[in-house]
Amino acid sequence: MAAQAGSDVASLVSNNEKTILPEWVELQKKAGILHTGRISEGELQAQSKNFLHLLHEALTQGGTDTTGAAFEPARGMLADLSRSRAQQGFSPSETATFIFSLKRPLFNALNRDNTLSAEQIASTVWTSTALLDELGLFTLEIFQKSREEVIVRQQREIAELSTPVVKLWEGILALPLIGTLDSQRTQVVMENLLQTIVDSEAEIAIIDITGVPTVDTLTAQHLLKTVAAARLMGADCLISGIRPQIAQTMVHLGVELNVISKASLADAFAVALRQTGRAVVKTKRIEGFALPEKKSGGQGA
Amino acid sequence: MDRIPILKFGNALLVTIQVDMHDRLATALEEDLTSRIVSNNARGVLIDISALEVVDSFIGRMLDNIAAVSRILDADTVVVGMRPAVAITLVELGLSLTGVKTALNVERGMAMIHDRLAGSEADDADDED
Repeated sequence: MAAQAGSDVASLVSNNEKTILPEWVELQKKAGILHTGRISEGELQAQSKNFLHLLHEALTQGGTDTTGAAFEPARGMLADLSRSRAQQGFSPSETATFIFSLKRPLFNALNRDNTLSAEQIASTVWTSTALLDELGLFTLEIFQKSREEVIVRQQREIAELSTPVVKLWEGILALPLIGTLDSQRTQVVMENLLQTIVDSEAEIAIIDITGVPTVDTLTAQHLLKTVAAARLMGADCLISGIRPQIAQTMVHLGVELNVISKASLADAFAVALRQTGRAVVKTKRIEGFALPEKKSGGQGA
Repeated sequence: MDRIPILKFGNALLVTIQVDMHDRLATALEEDLTSRIVSNNARGVLIDISALEVVDSFIGRMLDNIAAVSRILDADTVVVGMRPAVAITLVELGLSLTGVKTALNVERGMAMIHDRLAGSEADDADDED
């Protein structure tokens, strides 16, 4: 039954390929696919022709089972097409129109065929509708998936970009946090920080939260976890960059950090220097690194 | 039964854990260390766990216990060389070992113990004045 229906559709396609293709391309053009300027008419023509050819082959070989091996090339072509359209910025409906607009030319071809009985026409309509719907859904699924891949990749990139560990001085690290701290990011931050502590044999790490928009109880807990883990590795932590509003929110929420916290990174750095037995002193200002012999009456820096 | 060797290092004891800790070994180490602190009159205990890849809650508690016991016997405990993954695990387990001192490596840990001893001797000297 399925094979019979499949071959009916196949013969419909092969007998009317000459008329279906231009009609189909015309419909796609009418839907405005060329107006976006993302695809040329030649490309559209080639894609449509290629797909019609693959569809015909699949139908003659393997009936109407779109998940079968016979549909492998057609599915592959559709996947490539929707993936590239997703990257080019086509909308989902523009992408799905590629498949769904094939229905009209198919039905027109069916209408023109006088040799078919009413029953045959009905069954062919049903088969081709089901077939095209399945392929259309497949296209959308791939489209969605490739968009999600893009999002996941961007998330990963953001996570990597926003968690640098900076060496301020011998034994002093800074960790400028930017963006919301969720548990996944805390994990990345923690791993980064701990590994850098090991690599650079740091004694003190300054966690700067100037770029963290809000600190709620959960964020505070994440911060404390990081501090505790660093302490277990033998490094002290300071927290800096708590903005006035955030400080107020934290007090209202009853969040306590129980670590040394300073208003600015500079203050925290000063504390870190003192703790490691260092000091910054004023000396005579030297103007221009290249000409140290040129005397200047400048003030101390 | 296997035992973990305890080395005397000046007036500190050095324990390097190089095998996977199972619970019985941990208990034995706790007992051995306690008696060695007393017999050697040690003022510091250095536990190097840099070779330890897995630390469970039992070992975490053992470290806390050792620190508590040696504090009673007037010795400082410093845990050194904890791996990042181990530190994260312990924090996730809710064991932040607040009673234990930590250092990045044996060198730093030893310096820590010496600093403390020097400080307390100075205090003693002050007391005598």
